[in-house]
Amino acid sequence: MGQGEQKFRWVGTRPIRHDGADKVTGRASFGADFSLPGMLWGRVLRSPHAHARIRKIDLSAALAVPGVKAAISAADLPEIPARSRGSSEGPVDFADLSRNLLAREKVLYHGHAVAAVAATSREAAERALAEIQVDYEPLPVVLGLDEALAPGAPILHEGLRTRGGPDHGPTNVAGRIVFERGDPEQGFGQADLVVEREFRTQTVHQGYIEPHAVVARTDADGQAVVWCCTQGPFMVRAFSAAVLGLEVSQIKVIPSEIGGGFGGKTTVYLEPLAILLSRKAGRPVKMVMSREEVFRATGPAAATHMRVKVGVRRDGTLTAATARLCYEAGAFPGSPYQAGAMTVFAPYRLEHLFVESLDVVCNKPKTTAYRAPGAPQAAFALESVLDEIAQSLDLDPIELRLRNAAREGSETPYGPRFRRIGLVECLEAARSHPHASAPLGPKQGRGVAVGFWFNAGMNSSAELHLNEDGTAVVVTGNPDIGGSRASMAILAAEELGIDVQRVRPVVADTESVGYCDTTGGSRVTFATGMAVVEAAREVVRQLRERTARLWGCEPEQVAFVDGRCVPAEGSGLDHDPLPVAGIARQAARTGGPISGQAQLTARGVGPGFGVHLCDVEVDEETGRVQVIRYTAIQDAGRAVHPSYVEGQLQGGAAQGIGWALGEEFVFDEAGVLQNPGFLDYRMPVASDLPPIDTVVVEVPNPRHPYGVRGVGETPIVPPLAAVANAVARASGVRMTRLPISPPRLLEALLQRAGDRAA
Amino acid sequence: MTRVVVPVALRALTGGEEQVEVMARDVRGLVQALDERFPGFARSLGDGFAVAIDGEILHDPWLEPVPEEGELHFLPALAGGG
Repeated sequence: MGQGEQKFRWVGTRPIRHDGADKVTGRASFGADFSLPGMLWGRVLRSPHAHARIRKIDLSAALAVPGVKAAISAADLPEIPARSRGSSEGPVDFADLSRNLLAREKVLYHGHAVAAVAATSREAAERALAEIQVDYEPLPVVLGLDEALAPGAPILHEGLRTRGGPDHGPTNVAGRIVFERGDPEQGFGQADLVVEREFRTQTVHQGYIEPHAVVARTDADGQAVVWCCTQGPFMVRAFSAAVLGLEVSQIKVIPSEIGGGFGGKTTVYLEPLAILLSRKAGRPVKMVMSREEVFRATGPAAATHMRVKVGVRRDGTLTAATARLCYEAGAFPGSPYQAGAMTVFAPYRLEHLFVESLDVVCNKPKTTAYRAPGAPQAAFALESVLDEIAQSLDLDPIELRLRNAAREGSETPYGPRFRRIGLVECLEAARSHPHASAPLGPKQGRGVAVGFWFNAGMNSSAELHLNEDGTAVVVTGNPDIGGSRASMAILAAEELGIDVQRVRPVVADTESVGYCDTTGGSRVTFATGMAVVEAAREVVRQLRERTARLWGCEPEQVAFVDGRCVPAEGSGLDHDPLPVAGIARQAARTGGPISGQAQLTARGVGPGFGVHLCDVEVDEETGRVQVIRYTAIQDAGRAVHPSYVEGQLQGGAAQGIGWALGEEFVFDEAGVLQNPGFLDYRMPVASDLPPIDTVVVEVPNPRHPYGVRGVGETPIVPPLAAVANAVARASGVRMTRLPISPPRLLEALLQRAGDRAA
Repeated sequence: MTRVVVPVALRALTGGEEQVEVMARDVRGLVQALDERFPGFARSLGDGFAVAIDGEILHDPWLEPVPEEGELHFLPALAGGG
């Protein structure tokens, strides 16, 4: 029986999530809910300039404010050598991280943290901020890609050179990466049609509902305890230790529930400051960002400027493609330019290709990960060009993609060949979905787009403790963002053959479970789930061993079937089956507590592909776009808890629709963000969206015990293009710049009307 | 011998060679061998890289064994989102 035909008792079912009751009744504790006796309030002073040299910071007047117990600036952080890289989370430059936490030589964006205080009340802390004296020398502001790349542009970092590129002296281009194959010019020569277009996307924010919050307490022996909302408690420990010059064992991080992260909580902003302030003050310190601070000073997703060229034969076969991608990194290097370059052509077989991608610094907040970092922008560009090709050649857009779709064995643009992937199955599911052939009304159009994400494995630990009554506790170190507690419990229950509600999933602190990489990269159900399965199998091994003792036989004579130990076939034994609870009750007399643990670097990651269908209606009088129907189709490998897979697909689609239609950071000429709140930064709300239909395709990942891939990131890749393609087909106007906000679309419609009249 | 696909940015060091064959036990040995053959290769590669060995992407790959007959690509080490 193939893996795809396996029958499971719990995997693929939809039990009520273990943390659900607390969350729907408001009992769950999020970052800002935590408090300690004697706690101080910490606040951050932020730069009024987008680019300025810091001549001097004087904290003395702030320290004299009644109630103020501590004040810090970059001078209180250890100097970290430039380009100090290294982290199990991927490449991190701790010198840059330190300077982002508290500006040292320069402020690099409006809202950049300059100093922080801790006081007995929020009001006293605010008064102290007003007393901090900072002597700035304002510098010319580099607002975005065009300004940063212009000849003679002001340089943000004098020592910066282009990684992966020729050294032409100081530059704002922090990195360059190139992938090439074959001879694109030859490929374009073989084409019947070549389409080349330029695209722009704006800075957008992850828009998590819960602002960053932390409480830090430093004990007399220097040990710090940190309560915070984060995607990675071990990341908070490692990053805080690195920038404060501490050992990781001096910091314990206790994660709260988390009200969204989407990649935005994979770094630190407040935690090291709170630790430092609590060390200085000798009292716990609480810091909570306002929504405005979240917008002004935490990592958004990169704005881009992209040019994509695709050649195609009349029959729809792609002959060549090239892309030049520029990603805004913000104040410090580190945009997802590499991922953009790797993903842009990944869904398609191409004999000839060239991709160049740049990482460009400018005076905006440092970008941070946002679901499938870098991929949605690149997919917007390519999938828009493919749609234009389909229209020009009068081809069905799904058929065009099917003719060129990557399959097992296809060479990726970045080199290696795909193993088993499910893009073709997703495209076929899209083609046969009723949505694909539903009639459209006037001013309505349908868009199709494909998305790809690598998914990740990395490092995970898990423990599984069997209680004396046969219930179990499964312990991991990954905050539950998308329902992972339920998934961990399902995998443990499946292995142990017990009811899923008898497994209690726990998200532990950094001293209570082995190391776990961050909840991100669509890795938790895949990798931490793999650790849970291994831990459960260790428990099963012990159950067989304990039963053998009770039966006076060898463990090999005991089999474990459906949650019960039974005589193995051919063992010659005659015993009644012994359920898990029965063995657990006798644990004390058979060798003591029964527990399993596992720690691993997860191998066998299965990439994710998705196909989205979007119908829109365009109001040509106002430029308003209404999404009227949306279907997200994705290969999950195996949906452990289908509701949370569907939730990921719906959430990614909703965020992508927002990115496409309304969201953008608006800066003035001085680099000051003009819309740092949800009123003016327009994210879609429920009333803006139709019900989002989902189709979960299951092409099992052969390298995972249950066939799991990852699902969290791929769903945000296709929507930008799916919406833009729908708008193009509804209105006849192809929008190459996001967001497709009413004024922008109206302008394009009026332009077209003017062109026609002329 | 492992077939190593040279990243575009490092092809100046290999005289334009897109692929080279290397015998090594692990990635560390492979990078050392490449550096001996093409001085500056290790420094140019830097420390923030991943590899794909026969299609599987491996992060932090320094001690990963290298198959005798296989294909290795150097890739950027990427971080994921949420």
